[in-house]
Amino acid sequence: MTINTRNLVWNKPGFWLGFSLTLILAVALAACAPAATPTAAPAATTAPAAASAAAPSGQSNNAGSNNLILATTTSTQDSGLLDVLIPMFEKSSGLTVKTVAVGSGAAITMGQQGNADVLLVHSPAAEKQFMTDGWGKDRALIMHNDFIIVGPTADPAKIKGLAVVDAFKVLAATGAADATKVQFFGRNDKSGTSVMELSLWKKAAVDPVGAKAAWYASTGQGMGQTLTLTSQKAGYTITDRATYLANKDKLQLDILVQGDKSLLNVYHVITVNSDKWPKVNYTGAMTFLKYMTDPTTQDFLSKFGVDKYGQPLFFPDSTKTDADLGLN
Amino acid sequence: MLSFIQSLMNDPEVWDVTLLSLKVSGIATLISVLIGLPFGTFLALSKFSGRSVVLTIVNTGMALPPVVVGLAVAMTLWRSGPLGDFNLIYTPAAIVIAQTIIAAPVVTGLTAAALQQLDTRLQLQLLGLGASIPQMILSLWWQARLPLLAALMAGFGSVISEVGASMMVGGNIQGQTRVLTTAIVLETNRGEFERAMLLGALLLMITLLINYALTKIQQGGARQR
Repeated sequence: MTINTRNLVWNKPGFWLGFSLTLILAVALAACAPAATPTAAPAATTAPAAASAAAPSGQSNNAGSNNLILATTTSTQDSGLLDVLIPMFEKSSGLTVKTVAVGSGAAITMGQQGNADVLLVHSPAAEKQFMTDGWGKDRALIMHNDFIIVGPTADPAKIKGLAVVDAFKVLAATGAADATKVQFFGRNDKSGTSVMELSLWKKAAVDPVGAKAAWYASTGQGMGQTLTLTSQKAGYTITDRATYLANKDKLQLDILVQGDKSLLNVYHVITVNSDKWPKVNYTGAMTFLKYMTDPTTQDFLSKFGVDKYGQPLFFPDSTKTDADLGLN
Repeated sequence: MLSFIQSLMNDPEVWDVTLLSLKVSGIATLISVLIGLPFGTFLALSKFSGRSVVLTIVNTGMALPPVVVGLAVAMTLWRSGPLGDFNLIYTPAAIVIAQTIIAAPVVTGLTAAALQQLDTRLQLQLLGLGASIPQMILSLWWQARLPLLAALMAGFGSVISEVGASMMVGGNIQGQTRVLTTAIVLETNRGEFERAMLLGALLLMITLLINYALTKIQQGGARQR
């Protein structure tokens, strides 16, 4: 009598259950589609964001809220600086900082898309473009350290002590002659370090990436991992001094080239333009910029790492100008 | 070495990170079960056209790379994304969402498989004995409790050990969204290999304890059979 009706009874709620769940999945998948075109017309967002229940402290957007998204480079995190600096800033400002450590390239993209409020980055050419295009509002010089070229103690290419461009030329020539002698590991992840490295190859009139040179490899990873990889493979790479010092114990790599003025690694803070992105917490970003340039913070920066590494990892620069550091 | 372990255990941050890992992955697993158990049951018991297509999609979902899920969820939750106004990016809630998307297909697929391997005559017999539909389903779940608990463990295992999505949507923010797996990546990047390894051991110990408890329940049920 009943199998048919039972089947009906079963099928009805089951159908709706399945239907609704499939719908949820479909929506979840479809939700990703519009996000694929992120920078589309930032001007279109000038309409104030609709009040959302989930927004912290009941605000309709992040402007004036307690959350500050800081997009920065892996070097500031891997060196341990942010672990100390950010809690200090949170305490003094009452803001909650969401630090996202990515490469400088990705950090700048996050700024362009309004996904970050403030940037702490080290890729001067890209930063200048960012400012020219109007994505950033304020830009302040914070600190510098320097890039160094490291390699195995045996130094098969004999670049120790050479000027930086000459060293790159020798590496390329030696590698081209015998790729078992020289392996150079570049990051090629659009990070500040990678941009610097590629500009140096350009100065040396070599294009290892484009030419797919046998002696050159792209790691695509952060500085810490790239250093480990280079050490294991007894290769050469370029690194910022802070990450190198933080990892030094674990590495069999020596500093081979350093001290050239073109190797300066300069960090700026940039506030994201709130005219382009109304959701940006500009007040918070400005508070961070002022905190970073404050004499007390600058003094702290000059001492950071001295107890652990015997030398500072960063040199404060807020009183200097770009020109002082050889940037134009 | 021993003093090193001691200093790690005395570090309050380690416990915060561990607790957050458990909380986030526990909630994600719970939601996955709430979705996967009914949906998997429906897939196992019902017959509709396109069912094998849905099952194929679910089974493919079991192999979703966490980093792809992370990217999709991040793009959705970023301020520039469609759900940006909720300010969920870089919060534990964002990790829960991503991990649920990872674990739900695992629970769904394994639930469907668990119920489908039951004798189909059991279903008819239960109904023939006058059981209502909910009673029948409860009874089928009880019969399949061993593979269903395995589905739960697989779901939890897939998210507690996942790093790609947590890193991308959580941001590995100290004191806010840093979980065990992202902390391990960070320590590795910093060249603190011993610390990273110890955190890994801690993660394994926790999953071991949880799986031991679940296996105990599972096998206790098995003996009564």
